[in-house]
Amino acid sequence: MTTNTTTFAAVRSNTAAFVLAMTVGVVLLTVSGMAQATVLHDAAHDQRHAMAFPCH
Amino acid sequence: MTKNLLSSAVFAGLIAGLFAALLQFVFVIPLLLEGELYETGARVHFAIEGTTQSIKEAPAIGADWSRHLMTIGFNIVTYTGYGLLMVAAMGFARERFGATLSAKTGLIWGLCGFIAVQLAPALGLPPELPGTIAAELTPRQIWWSGTILSTAAGLAIIAFAGELWKQVFGLALVLLPHFIGAPHLDTYYGIAPPELAAEFTTASLGTAAVGWTILGYVCAYFLVRGEDT
Repeated sequence: MTTNTTTFAAVRSNTAAFVLAMTVGVVLLTVSGMAQATVLHDAAHDQRHAMAFPCH
Repeated sequence: MTKNLLSSAVFAGLIAGLFAALLQFVFVIPLLLEGELYETGARVHFAIEGTTQSIKEAPAIGADWSRHLMTIGFNIVTYTGYGLLMVAAMGFARERFGATLSAKTGLIWGLCGFIAVQLAPALGLPPELPGTIAAELTPRQIWWSGTILSTAAGLAIIAFAGELWKQVFGLALVLLPHFIGAPHLDTYYGIAPPELAAEFTTASLGTAAVGWTILGYVCAYFLVRGEDT
């Protein structure tokens, strides 16, 4: 088990980790589901339909 | 922590994405290819010699493997993206609300993810066969994103806020997008048989339910395992 002090320190750095993970996640989803560039849209087409992204 | 979050999401995205793609090739892609026959006019419903019957036969998979490989690849990208959001939410919920995390509770996370990201938006914007004519894109994307955020926030409040009035507020957040309503056209344009569109919608939701449940399970499994080592 960690002590209170180290837990507190960990909490502070974890927030940055959560924000980083969410940001990368949103970027990936924008590419795979939302971006309208023709090449991307065509490549991701079947997957976008199967996963119900509103993409066109 | 950062490394554990990222690697858990990548492993989970890979496993769930591959599994979901496999199921899609069995259950969803054949219907999608059949829908494209109506989209391109290769088949026409309601118009063959005045009858309303169309032949039911999906084209075989395998005519275009580069296309199918893209589908597998982008499934992995999508599930990794959702996995990253999920591990961040899992970590935050544990830190802030003392949520216990295990592969088993990961199943519930996965199901709630399915409800927020697939089921709730599908109430207003059902998964569409290729060729479906729908309202303008931007308002649909806004309603879709808003519904996901509102449902996820509502479910999180119901799960982690102790007090009843907060949970009632959470329920209201879950219901709100559906009272606002998704953007729809004033007319129906269906060119494919309604049965085909219905099958596509339910098959899409069904395979996504499996993908999301696996995603939740594996995300939690690797998150907990990464901390033990």
